[in-house]
Amino acid sequence: MRTALFWILSVVAIGSSLGVIGNLKSPINSALNLVVSMFALAGLYILLEAQFIGLIQLMVYAGAIVVLFLFVIMLLNLRGSGTTGAENQPVLKAIGALIAAGATLWLVRTLAAGRAPWPDVGPEFGTTRAIGEALYTDYVLSVQVAGVLLLAGIVAAVVLAKKKIG
Amino acid sequence: MATSTVFVAIFLFALVLLVFSPIMTWVERKQSALMQDRIGANRASILGIKALGLIHPLADVIKMITKEDTVPTGAHRLLHLWSPFIAVVPAIVSFAVIPYGGVYEMWGTRVSLTVADLDYGVLYVFAVGSIATYGSMLAGWAGNNNFGMLGSIRVSAQMISYEVALGITVVGLFMIFGTLKLSDMGVLQQETFRLFGFLEHFGWVAAGTKWIDWITIPMWGIVLQPLPFFMFLTALMAENKRAPFDTPEGESEIVAGYFIEYSGMKFGLYMMGEWIEVVVISALLTAMFLGGWSIPWLPEANIIAFLTPLLGDNMANVAAMVLAVHVFLIKVIVLIWFQMLIRWSMPRFRYDQVMDLGWKILLPLSLANIVITALGVLIVQEVTR
Repeated sequence: MRTALFWILSVVAIGSSLGVIGNLKSPINSALNLVVSMFALAGLYILLEAQFIGLIQLMVYAGAIVVLFLFVIMLLNLRGSGTTGAENQPVLKAIGALIAAGATLWLVRTLAAGRAPWPDVGPEFGTTRAIGEALYTDYVLSVQVAGVLLLAGIVAAVVLAKKKIG
Repeated sequence: MATSTVFVAIFLFALVLLVFSPIMTWVERKQSALMQDRIGANRASILGIKALGLIHPLADVIKMITKEDTVPTGAHRLLHLWSPFIAVVPAIVSFAVIPYGGVYEMWGTRVSLTVADLDYGVLYVFAVGSIATYGSMLAGWAGNNNFGMLGSIRVSAQMISYEVALGITVVGLFMIFGTLKLSDMGVLQQETFRLFGFLEHFGWVAAGTKWIDWITIPMWGIVLQPLPFFMFLTALMAENKRAPFDTPEGESEIVAGYFIEYSGMKFGLYMMGEWIEVVVISALLTAMFLGGWSIPWLPEANIIAFLTPLLGDNMANVAAMVLAVHVFLIKVIVLIWFQMLIRWSMPRFRYDQVMDLGWKILLPLSLANIVITALGVLIVQEVTR
């Protein structure tokens, strides 16, 4: 059951991710493929006993961020041009191809080396309580720093968006 | 999955889809008629039997199903077909985590009245609810209609705005109960606290004073967090896009907004989604704020203990279970009535008013509530230690 779900979700995730970059004609279709990909990822998280992360993935990425993408696409009424603008830039293309090739090589090497057996996790693993405790005890500094970063982001967005402040 | 869970699931599904959703159309018609001093739905009849207008839902269904299903020229066929389903399914699956009662033992089996008693129940409802945005948003876009587009843009802006406030308003409640699990919240809300217990703690009255033990208050969410109850209700109603938050539909400006290009049962699915959502909102608020299936000052264990000598162990549990479901449904019905009352007494908010309410009132208030609740929880912990 788990293995079957894993394969289904993985295939959907990879397929829809390819759909995101393959859909040059219609930005809306790209965004919708992104949603499906987020869904599959959330399913994979839940399969790995990380239910909290899975649900946050749904809530934040599928439920909010991609909705904003769609919102912008609809608001600007974007129609795909069929090009990405990278066609006339051979240097960019070469760099992209190199990075992709390197990443694939790395992946194949890692997979070929085999993996250690999955560590056993307790029933508490991935629950809201466990994550909350980890975030607010061991990693409290990271949480605070991330909070400050987000605050800076919000302030910057307001400054950029508002023509006149006050 | 235990067989009992399957039965509970089927029962709830039938209850929600076959009973609540059609009855809601009748409730809406009758209540609006009462409020506007009209006679109300009384035309549909079978052989002269009108049954207070209860035949109308049946007539609705026949009308919706037999209408022509139109797809406009230039529409995105796939999305146009699927959007109504994306809109209605999240509302239905939300019921999976609603606790209609506790856990009862009868004839050696444990029957839980929650279909999926998830550790992160509330988050599940939020996550699933945020998906419903797509159903409305894509509908307007897929229909190739400019009014629909405007509706879509309004829907997405409104739902994103209120989702932020929605999550933050109830953080205070999570802090007090220390759980996201709805069935745990139901159990915790059966307890009571002594209103003047602090007098004893500080030694202002002698320990063991009788009247302090008498004045108790049930630990319902609405008692502990009165303001967030109303903020949460507001945010949920805004998410549901019914009047006064129905700017995405805005008949006078954008005709019908996002579902302008739908006819027949696809249009019906949007209406059904809204009504099911009204029930979801009521059930969620009942489970989180109104004590779930509990009767105030009467813990369930006491009911079972009282009934056991009379009915025997098994039947006492059955009786307690039936009672729990009824108590829960009564609270749900009261909240449905309250939502209808709001829906028919308020005019539609202007678009900027909707946005102002979400971002400038609900969000700051809910953030302030978190700080105040955190202080309160800390003080209580320090004092009672």
